[in-house]
Amino acid sequence: MSNVITDTFAWLAEPDHWSGSTGIPMRVAEHLQYTGLVMLIAAAIAVPIGLYVGHTGRGRVAVVAVAGALRALPTLGLLTLFVLLAGIGLMPPVWALVILTVPPLLAGTYAGISSVDRNVVDAARAMGMTELQVLFRAEFPNALPVMYGGFRTGVLQVIATVSVVAYINLGGLGRYLFDGLVLSDFPQMLGGSLLIAGLAIAVDLVLVLIQRLILSRGAASKPDRSQQAAVDLTDPATAETVVQGGTS
Amino acid sequence: MQWFLANSGQVFSLAGQHLILAILPMIFGLLISIPLAQLARQNRTLRTVVLTASSLLYTIPSLALFIILPTVLGTRILDPVNVVVALTIYAVALLVRAALDAFDSVDEDLQQAAVAMGFKPLARFLQIDLPLSLPVLFAGLRVVSVSNISLVSVAALLGIGNLGMLFTSGLQRDFVTEVVVGIIAILVLALLMDALLVLLERLLTPWTRAGAAKTGKSGEPAAARRLSESSAGASA
Repeated sequence: MSNVITDTFAWLAEPDHWSGSTGIPMRVAEHLQYTGLVMLIAAAIAVPIGLYVGHTGRGRVAVVAVAGALRALPTLGLLTLFVLLAGIGLMPPVWALVILTVPPLLAGTYAGISSVDRNVVDAARAMGMTELQVLFRAEFPNALPVMYGGFRTGVLQVIATVSVVAYINLGGLGRYLFDGLVLSDFPQMLGGSLLIAGLAIAVDLVLVLIQRLILSRGAASKPDRSQQAAVDLTDPATAETVVQGGTS
Repeated sequence: MQWFLANSGQVFSLAGQHLILAILPMIFGLLISIPLAQLARQNRTLRTVVLTASSLLYTIPSLALFIILPTVLGTRILDPVNVVVALTIYAVALLVRAALDAFDSVDEDLQQAAVAMGFKPLARFLQIDLPLSLPVLFAGLRVVSVSNISLVSVAALLGIGNLGMLFTSGLQRDFVTEVVVGIIAILVLALLMDALLVLLERLLTPWTRAGAAKTGKSGEPAAARRLSESSAGASA
C-alpha cells in the first residue's frame, strides 16, 4: 500500500509531468477552459429564464418539472448519447454538460428572485420604478446571494463532470484517470484523482472568497421569522431542493 | 425496443446491481448521520467541524473518490465496496445537514412539554424529535436518492457492474439504442425510488395531512432551502 502512495507522489513530483501539452498545468488549463465555456453557455440560457420566471411567476410549474426531470438524467448517459449522435469533438460533450448545468443555475436564479421580500418589491413599485427597474434595481441585488449559491453548485458540478469527458477523447485532468486505467498505471490514476479533488476544493475556496469580498452582507443575512412567513418560500425552496443535490 | 426485449434479462440484472449500489449508501448514510447530527447539536464547535468537513468531502468529484478510496480502504479498484463507501460519504454529507435542520425545526415547546411529562432523553428523541423531523429528513433523502442513482453509473467507467455499463458498451460499439435504454432505465429507477420515498413519508407522517399541513411543514421550506443552498455540487 505504502508503495502505491510513494509511487503516486513520485508521479506527481516528476518534472516531466509538469510541462508540455500533456503536462499537469496544461491539463488544469483545459479543465478550467471546458468549465468556463460550459458555465458561460449555461448562464446565458438559465439566467434570463430564471429572471423572467422569478419576476412574473409565470411558468413556475413548468420550470420545476423540467429542472427536476433533467436532474435525474445520468451524466454519463447523456455524454455518450451526444457523442454517438453528434460525433467526437469539443461541442457535443459541452452541450451535454450545459443541459446538466442549467437546472441548478435556473433554480438558483428563480428561487433568488422569488424569495426577495415582497415589501421591498412593493416599495420599489410604489416609488414609481418600471418593471425592469424593479427587477434589476430591487430584486436582482437582493437575490444575488441565492443566485450565487446556484452558480457555485453549478461550477463544482461541471468541474466534477468534466473529468468524465476525458473518457470520450477530450483533455482535462480526467485524461490521467483513463490513461492510467488502460495502462493499469495506478499511481497515475491516483495522482490524477488527487489533482481533480484538489482543483475542486481550490475552486470552491476561491468562489467562497469572492462571495465574501463582493456580495453585500446585508443581502446575505437571513430575514427574520416574521418576514419569512410573509414571503412564500415554499415554492422556490422546493424548486431548489428538487433541482439540486450532487447530481451527475 | 427489440434490443431491449432481447436483452431484458441483462438489463434487469444490471438494474438490480444498480439499485443495491444506490440504496445501501442511503441506509448507511441515515444510520451514520442521525447520531452524528444529534452529537453535533450538543456543541457549537463540533457543529462547525461536522458541517465544514461534510461540505469539503462533498466537493470531491465521485470519479476521483472511487479511485482514491481503494488506497485508503485497502480494497481492489473494482470492488463495489468503494462505490458504496463513496456514496455513503456523499449521503452523510447531505443528510447530516438535513438532520441538523430537521432537529432544529422541531418546536421547542413540544420538547419542553415532553420533558415535563417525564420523557427520558432517548424516549423523547425517538418519540418526539425524530418523528417530527421526518418531513425535512425525507426531503434530504429524496435528493440523495436521485443523485445516488445517477452517480452509480459513473462507476461503470472503472468497470463496476451497473446500468452505466450500457453507456460504456454502447459507446464502444457505436450503438445508440443501448445508451438510450440505459438512460430510460435510470430515469425509471429514479422515479420509482422517489415515488417509494414519498409513499413511505406519507405512511410515517399521517399527521401532516390530517393537521392542515401546518405542523409538519412549518420547518420544511427554510430548512430545505438551506440544505440546497449550502450543499456544493459533488458530482461525477
